[in-house]
Amino acid sequence: MSSINVKLRVWRQAGPDVAGKLVDYALTTDSHASFLEMLDQLNRELVNKGEDAIEFDSDCREGICGMCGLVINGVAHGPSDTTTCQLHMRSYKEGDTIAIEPWQATAFPVIKDLVVDRSSFDRIQAAGGYVSVGTGSAPDANAIPIGKAVANEAMDYAQCIGCGACVAACPNASASLFVGAKISQLALMPQGQVERKERALGMVEQMDKEGFGPCSNHGECEAVCPKSIPIKVIANMKREWLKASLT
Amino acid sequence: MINLESNEPDGPIETQWERTRFKNTLVNPANKRKFNVLVVGTGLAGSSAAASLAELGYNVQSFCLQDSPRRAHSIAAQGGINAAKNYANDGDSVYRLFYDTVKGGDYRSRESNVYRLAQVSTNIIDQAAAQGIPFAREYGGTLTTRSFGGAQVSRTFYARGQTGQQLLLGAYSALMRQVHQGNVKLHTRREMMDLVVVDGKARGIVVRNLVTGAYERYWGDAVLLCTGGYGRVFYLSTNAINCNATAAWRAHKKGAAFANPCYTQIHPTCIPQAGEHQSKLTLMSESLRNDGRVWVPQKAGDTRAANDIPESERDYYLERRYPAFGNLVPRDVASRAAKQACDEGKGVNVTGRAVYLDFADAVKRMGRDGVAEKYGNLFDMYERITGDNPYRTPMKIYPASHYTMGGLWVDYNLMTTIPGLFALGEANFSDHGANRLGASALMQGLADGYFVIPYTLGDYLGKHGNDLKSVDVNDAEFGEAEEQVSGRIDKLLSNKGNKSPLDFHRELGNLMYDKCGMARNEKGLKEAIEEIPKIRDEFWKSVSVPGRKDTLNQNLAEANRVADFLELAEMLARDALNREESCGAHLREEYLTEDGEARRRDDEFSYSAAWEWKGEGEAHELHKEPLTFKYVKQTTRSYK
Ligand SMILES: Cc1cc2nc3c(=O)[nH]c(=O)nc-3n(C[C@H](O)[C@H](O)[C@H](O)COP(=O)(O)OP(=O)(O)OC[C@H]3O[C@@H](n4cnc5c(N)ncnc54)[C@H](O)[C@@H]3O)c2cc1C
Ligand code: FES
Repeated sequence: MSSINVKLRVWRQAGPDVAGKLVDYALTTDSHASFLEMLDQLNRELVNKGEDAIEFDSDCREGICGMCGLVINGVAHGPSDTTTCQLHMRSYKEGDTIAIEPWQATAFPVIKDLVVDRSSFDRIQAAGGYVSVGTGSAPDANAIPIGKAVANEAMDYAQCIGCGACVAACPNASASLFVGAKISQLALMPQGQVERKERALGMVEQMDKEGFGPCSNHGECEAVCPKSIPIKVIANMKREWLKASLT
Repeated sequence: MINLESNEPDGPIETQWERTRFKNTLVNPANKRKFNVLVVGTGLAGSSAAASLAELGYNVQSFCLQDSPRRAHSIAAQGGINAAKNYANDGDSVYRLFYDTVKGGDYRSRESNVYRLAQVSTNIIDQAAAQGIPFAREYGGTLTTRSFGGAQVSRTFYARGQTGQQLLLGAYSALMRQVHQGNVKLHTRREMMDLVVVDGKARGIVVRNLVTGAYERYWGDAVLLCTGGYGRVFYLSTNAINCNATAAWRAHKKGAAFANPCYTQIHPTCIPQAGEHQSKLTLMSESLRNDGRVWVPQKAGDTRAANDIPESERDYYLERRYPAFGNLVPRDVASRAAKQACDEGKGVNVTGRAVYLDFADAVKRMGRDGVAEKYGNLFDMYERITGDNPYRTPMKIYPASHYTMGGLWVDYNLMTTIPGLFALGEANFSDHGANRLGASALMQGLADGYFVIPYTLGDYLGKHGNDLKSVDVNDAEFGEAEEQVSGRIDKLLSNKGNKSPLDFHRELGNLMYDKCGMARNEKGLKEAIEEIPKIRDEFWKSVSVPGRKDTLNQNLAEANRVADFLELAEMLARDALNREESCGAHLREEYLTEDGEARRRDDEFSYSAAWEWKGEGEAHELHKEPLTFKYVKQTTRSYK
C-alpha cells in the first residue's frame, strides 16, 4: 500500500439557487483506494472536524447503477474507462491537482455540491421507453425467436446505465445518446415493433421539452460513455423519429 | 401477541396456488381505484409489484432512496435468473426446481411457498422477454441457459453479465409506463423512517425527503415493503452502499416479527479486500465457477506466484473434497472451504485471505475468445479493480457478505404479522431457508411482485378493504410517528461527538465478520452480544453528524441507518446463538459431523425463528413456526 498526496479543488454549492465555487483541500490517501473512497476519506476528515461533508451521489460502486458521476479535470467520469466509481487513485501521481465538479446542464440542475437532479431521464423513459405488455399477458418466451446477433446488438444498447455522462460531456448538453440507446434497443427487438413510432416521437418530444440541446455530432458523448454506447444510436434515433413523423 | 399462522393451503402441493387463487376474494375492478397502496422500494420486487398493481387499477405510490427507481440495488445482479422452463431438455421441471430450492435451503423454508415460486418462475421469463429484454440467445433464436452454483441442470437465464440490470430495467419500464398513465405516483430520494399503524393495521408511512429534509406523511390501505436485505450490517459487503435495514427494522419495532436474522449468506467469489478505506467488496459472478477452477497451494505459507506453482503442488480442494459437484458446490460450502484453506495458512494474496480461481484450462478449452464471450465484462471489471489480468494469472477471490435470507416474517400471502403490511423480495424471509441458491433471488423478487402480490393483496383488500376505517395524515398516529422520527434526527444532529457514522459502521462490521460470519461459536456470539450494545452506547455518545437537516445530508442518512444496524446486529447474534445447529449458510463450530461437515439438528431446529420486539431495553421474544416436510424428505445435504 502506498500513500499519495493530492490537491483537490471541489465544487461546493449549498443549494440549487445559490452560487457555487471551487474549494481547495489537501489530502493524503492510499493509491489502492477508489476515487470515491478517496472522497469518503476526505468527508470523514471533514466530519471529524465538524465541517460539512461534500455531497456526491453513488450507490453500487461497481459501475452499473449509474448513480455516480463527476466531472474530473474537465472530463465526465475523468480518466476512468467506465464510471467514476471504477476509477482508482493509482491513476494519479504524487502532487496531482484534481478538480471535481458536478454534471453541468440546464436539464440537470444542481441540488447540492456534486449532486444533480436527473429526473428528466425518468420522464423521457416514461414517454415511451417501454413495451406495453401488462403482467400476465406475455406469450411463451421462445414463441418469438430472435437471432443471436440481433439480441447481442440490442444488448449493446440496452446496457446504458442512465448516468448522464453523455449530457455532461456534450457542448450542447444533448441527451441524444441516452435516448438513442433505448430507441435503438427496442427498434431491433421484435417486441418493440408495435409501438416503434409512438416511442420515437414520444421520447424525442419529451427530451426537447426537458431542455436538452440538439445533437450536432461532436461525438463527446460516445467518448465518455461508460458502457461504450456507439454514436450510431443517435443516427438510429433521428431515422426512427423522421420515419415516424412522415407516416 | 403475534400470530404466526402461515396460512398455507392444504391438499396436494401442485394445486395449492391454483386453489388459493380460486378461493381468494376478488376486488371488483371498479373498486380497485379506491384503494391506495404504498410500495416502498423499486428493486425487482418493488417495481414489478407497483407496475402490476397499477395495471390492475389500484392507486399506487412508489418510494425509493435513489434519484431514480432504475438504480435500486437489484441492478447489480450479474449472473442470472432461474426458471423451470426445461428448454435445455435436461430433466428440469417445476418439481425439480422446488426440490433443489428446498434442499439448497437446507430444509429451513416453507414447502408451499417454494413450490409456488418454482411454478411462477416460468411466467417471469415470458414476461421479461415480452418487455424486450435482450436475453442471451442460441443461433436458432431461442433462449439459452447455463447451469449455476449448486444446480445439475441448465436453468439459469441471463443477459450477458448484467441480468439484474436488464430485468430491473424491464420492471422499471413497466413502472414508468404506469407513472406516465397516472396510475403510479413516484417519490424518489425519499427514505421511509417509520410505519404508521392504526387499529392494529398498517395504514401509512412517514418518510424523509432526502433533498429537503422535510418529513412527509402518506396513508394507504396497505403498505408493501420491498426494501431489500440487511447485508450491510457487516459493513463491507457486495451490497450497494445505500442498502439498509431501516424500513424493515422500524416495521419490526412496530410489531412485525423478524425471522431467521442469522441466516446471512457469505458469497464465495468476491474480490478480496485491498485497503483500509475500502467501502465495499465487488462480487465476481459465481457463474465463473462453471469454468474456473478453485485452488490453493498444497503447502502452507507458499509465497510463489500462482503461475510458478506446478500442477502437482496445487490443491483443487473443491474438486478433491466434493467430486460430484466440484467447483459448483453451493455457496456456503464453497465459502467455508475457502475460509478453512486460509485458516490453514494456505491463503494467497498479501493478506493471506484469498484463494485462486483459475481459468487456464478454460482458455485452453474454449480459447481466449470463447472465455471473453462468456465472461469478458467480468474479467475487465476484475482487471480494472485489481490491476491483474485474469486471462493470464488466476483471479484471487474471497467470501463476502452478500445476501440475507432472513427478513420480515411473512405468511403464504406475503403478509407480515401486522395486517396490511406485506414484505416482498429480499426484505422477507420466505423462500430460501437457511441458504439461497444462485440465481434464485431475482426469481423470488419478480415472483413476489409480478405474480404473487397482485393476488394476495387483492384477497386482503377484498376481505377487509371495506371495513378499514378512513384515515387522514393529520391523525394522531401519524403525528406520533413523525415526532419520534424527528426527535431522533434532532438527537443525531445535536450530538457533539467526534467520530463519523462510518467509523461506527466499520467497527460493527469487523465485529460481525469476526463473531457472526461464516463460522460461529457460542463464546464468540456471547462476546458479540456483549460488545454490540457497547458500540451502540458509544455511538449515541460520540457520533458526530455535522450539517443541517433541511438539505441533502448523506452523513445524517448514514448515521440513521447505522443506528438501526446497531440494533439489528444484536438480534442477529442472539438468533445465531439460539440456533444450536449448523445449517445452510450458517455453521456453528460446536455442531459438526465427524468429517468436519455441517451437522443439522432437525429434531430440535426444524423451525423458523420469528423474533418479536418487546420494547427498548427488553429482550426479544422468540416464536417458532414449525416446518414440516411432506414432499422433500429431510436428508443430509451431501455434495460429495
Ligand atoms: C452484486 C450482487 C449480485 C447479485 N447477483 C444475483 C444473481 O445473479 N442472481 C440472483 O438471483 N440474485 C443476485 N443477487 C441478489 C439480488 O440481486 C437481490 O437479492 C435482489 O435484487 C433484491 O431485490 P429487492 O427488490 O428485494 O431489493 P433491492 O433491489 O435491494 O431494492 C431495494 C429498494 O428499496 C429502496 N429502499 C430501501 N430502504 C428504503 C427506505 N427506508 N425508504 C425508501 N426506500 C427504501 C431502495 O431505494 C430500492 O429501491 C445479487 C446481489 C448482489 C449484491
Ligand atoms: S456508483 Fe453505481 S455506477 Fe458508480
